[in-house]
Amino acid sequence: MADLKRLAEAFIFAAEAPLSFERLCLLLERSRPEVRPLMQELLTEYSAGQRGFYLAEVAGGYQFRTDPDCGIWLRKLSKERPLRFSQAALETLAIIAYRQPMTRAEVEYLRGVDSGGVMKTLLEKNLLKIIGKKDVPGRPLMYGTSRQFLELFGLRSLEDLPTLKEVSALDPELAEAVPLEPESDN
Amino acid sequence: MAFEIHLDNFTGPLDLLLHLIKTNEMDIYDIQMVEITEQYLTVVEQMKQLDLEIAGEFLLMAATLIHIKSRMLLPVSDEPVEEEDEDPRAELVRRLLEYQRYKQAAEALEALPQLERDVFVSRFVPTEIADSADETVSLGVFQLAEAYYRILSEVPAEVFHEVIREPLSVAQYVQLVVRQLADGQRHSFRRLVAAWPSRAELVVTFLAMLELVKMRLVEIDQVADYGDIWLKLRVAQGELAAVDLAEDGFGYG
Repeated sequence: MADLKRLAEAFIFAAEAPLSFERLCLLLERSRPEVRPLMQELLTEYSAGQRGFYLAEVAGGYQFRTDPDCGIWLRKLSKERPLRFSQAALETLAIIAYRQPMTRAEVEYLRGVDSGGVMKTLLEKNLLKIIGKKDVPGRPLMYGTSRQFLELFGLRSLEDLPTLKEVSALDPELAEAVPLEPESDN
Repeated sequence: MAFEIHLDNFTGPLDLLLHLIKTNEMDIYDIQMVEITEQYLTVVEQMKQLDLEIAGEFLLMAATLIHIKSRMLLPVSDEPVEEEDEDPRAELVRRLLEYQRYKQAAEALEALPQLERDVFVSRFVPTEIADSADETVSLGVFQLAEAYYRILSEVPAEVFHEVIREPLSVAQYVQLVVRQLADGQRHSFRRLVAAWPSRAELVVTFLAMLELVKMRLVEIDQVADYGDIWLKLRVAQGELAAVDLAEDGFGYG
């Protein structure tokens, strides 16, 4: 039988989606204490920046991923253009990611704008999921982010989200983000 | 003030407002309502001129701004006012700051290495293998509902054709026709069926007529195509009695 570490590596390599530690133990038919050190070794051996790919911890599992700095080159490989999120979609995703569970009305209050269409698209892309109904009149649906959301942004879990800034003043950077046309003279 | 603004850059009224406050270098805690409201309305006016369908939210915000502005124009009384002594702008400021927070979060999200854009994984599992894997799939309600609707849309709607058996017998109508023709005169088929207006009765009468022709009891003729059919008894009344006109003879079950 192949050496356990090589087998673990092969499993992760061939798996369709990030492979969780629990599932890996089941596949290898070994106990967690036996597998854990192997994974530590693999993570070190395949740490980012050494090869074209690295062993990433994503969405509660392990997955080999190419190094982000190769990204612009690798895009040539795929025929499809990568997902481009609209500003509205990103705002909606961010709000739900940080504040979940959220109802549509709550998202719309925060954004100040109708968000039904955006949320439907995100649901169809499996980035959002319905996680229940809120116990208020009308029992509106509550939304959260999905496992695919974590996979898409390479996050281990929701705790991995960038820390939300506590803002008490206007961010001067943002003013530049939206350029204003120079005053017209007529 | 002549602003020209890329309107599609703004995802909503809060976004636009935030932008106006920043370009005017205002203190967010001390928004100049008169100025901001004026500029905001100018932009909304531009939207109208461009024939853009102005989202209701932009108009709602315009109303909110005007409301706040008017409240601020009211003289501030020195007496301690009831509960609501808050700056009329307070809620707006809270919303703006909260919105800005998530706008920044959205930018941070966008900056993360994104699958299929910056980061790639090998995807070489043939679909047959992937399908046969006995993995449990975790699905949300939405995916389930979506799958259900997909299946529904593929299944052709079942068309039910209800068949009700009419208690009409050809034999019975043979007798009725014979009775009508008993006077030995020519009778019009049209006139004959006028007494039984339903489609089923029409059919049965027609069948009865054909049966009678086959049995050489009745002769028919038709002058023109689609014209009326004329029926006349071929036999004498006495002979008719000898013929068995019972149900079984016709074999219609």
